[in-house]
Amino acid sequence: MTEIPEHLLKRAQAAKDKAAAKAAEGADAPEAAAPAGEAGDSRIPASLLERSKAAKARKAGGAAASADAPAPGGGVATAAGAAPAVASAGPPLAAGPGGHTQRLLTVVKSGSIQDVKAKPQDKVHVWPHLLVLEFVAALFVLAFTTIFSIFVNAPLLELANVNKTPNPSKAPWYFLGLQELLQMMHPMVAGVTIPGMGIFLLILAPYVDRNPSNKPEDRKFAISLMTVHLMFWSVLVMIGSFFRGRGFNFALPWRDGIYFDL
Amino acid sequence: MAKTMQGDSPGLGAKLAQLNDTVQGSQAWSSIFRPGSIFRKGYSDSPRNRSYVIMNSVLYHLHPVKVKRHAVKVSYTLCLGGLSFFLFILLTVTGIFLMFFYRPTATQAWDDIYTLQTAVTFGLLVRNMHRWAAHLMVISVFLHMARVFYHGAYKAPREFNWVIGVILLTLTLLLSFTGYLLPWDQLALWAVTVGTNMIGYTPVFGSQVRFVLLGGAEIGTDTLLRWYVLHVLFFPFVIVIFMAIHFWRVRKDGGISGPL
Repeated sequence: MTEIPEHLLKRAQAAKDKAAAKAAEGADAPEAAAPAGEAGDSRIPASLLERSKAAKARKAGGAAASADAPAPGGGVATAAGAAPAVASAGPPLAAGPGGHTQRLLTVVKSGSIQDVKAKPQDKVHVWPHLLVLEFVAALFVLAFTTIFSIFVNAPLLELANVNKTPNPSKAPWYFLGLQELLQMMHPMVAGVTIPGMGIFLLILAPYVDRNPSNKPEDRKFAISLMTVHLMFWSVLVMIGSFFRGRGFNFALPWRDGIYFDL
Repeated sequence: MAKTMQGDSPGLGAKLAQLNDTVQGSQAWSSIFRPGSIFRKGYSDSPRNRSYVIMNSVLYHLHPVKVKRHAVKVSYTLCLGGLSFFLFILLTVTGIFLMFFYRPTATQAWDDIYTLQTAVTFGLLVRNMHRWAAHLMVISVFLHMARVFYHGAYKAPREFNWVIGVILLTLTLLLSFTGYLLPWDQLALWAVTVGTNMIGYTPVFGSQVRFVLLGGAEIGTDTLLRWYVLHVLFFPFVIVIFMAIHFWRVRKDGGISGPL
């Protein structure tokens, strides 16, 4: 059996003590406690209770004074007005306990008979909330690109020469992970099979991952798998970019210099 | 503006106001701006006008009138998808500028780039922007993919849009790679040599694909023309189509994915 946590036991004990204390108090002064409890528990405001009490008293008085006279108020009150007239001769046959002429059959929750498809959502206007944000973001990137371009020039090495192979020859940076794999495996595996499978698996991801939740705590496996792959890839690109020197041999950038052009 | 000028010289202010009315009442003006456009009836900040800004402009193709509140939180999307699109536009604009000064032949390409950098006003700056924006776009598309994965945003009903997204990532890499050859310097030639040698190892049809891509057995002037056409026409054309489907599906699948 599972153990009940200590704080829950404590809370239950406290509630018991409170109930016992209340019962003892009630036993001491039952008359005082009863009306106070009634007023405290009732959700109907005291003023309304007073009013209805007064109306009842008036009605009873009215019925005694003139038994056949219609109740004042007209309209809605006429049906109710008939009741006290009969009430002098006992409750009507159709009335339930306490003189109620209607009773609750059942409670139907709205969801079971009305299928509300569109749940109200917290939404904001695209203008200005989203457009301003997009504009600022675009402006920021434009400014960054412009300023960076003023200070850093794109590389333009000497004219292409088929007969002069530079050492090392490197692919564009996003393919350097593949070139790195090329050092360890057969070109067909490193250059074709692995990237091809990678793209294929990425496309399949939503069809393979059947877990409907998007909460990180429910997706530990998927997130770990993706993170491992992204890290693996980034590390390979880093090694290929900065840690490969002449002859694509391993080199330390701070000792042998950087062989990398963007 | 008209109001402040009224204080100085009422005649001019009134004339300007009258001119404004004439222009905005003209048939040409009302043919340009749709009924309800803020350029027809002016803008004062009200919920109705906020809706009209979107509904009566071409932006309605891209954005709905309202989005979920969490969708505008920068910390959720980091703007990566939108910035990828913005970088694509920036690359198109700078790329068109570069096309005016570039001929894709082995004898002229490098000289054209050199002339562009040394003799054309803003040539160096625009070339730099094109290059750096291209690298930025590869990074932002990649990060966008990672963001979408970590939010589980590829799950139903957005599976197919994820597939489109992977295609867009591949196309982005291809656009960048085809552009890499065009300066026709040692960096371009040998980076592309390394890259295309990998393609040659594809089983069954590898060497054929390589031959078609290079326009021969080795990289030469034919390769340059092919990759130029791929870079400035073919891949942009294809990627724009896929982007249109991507953006359309974002809305049809219920906007960006819900809060975590």
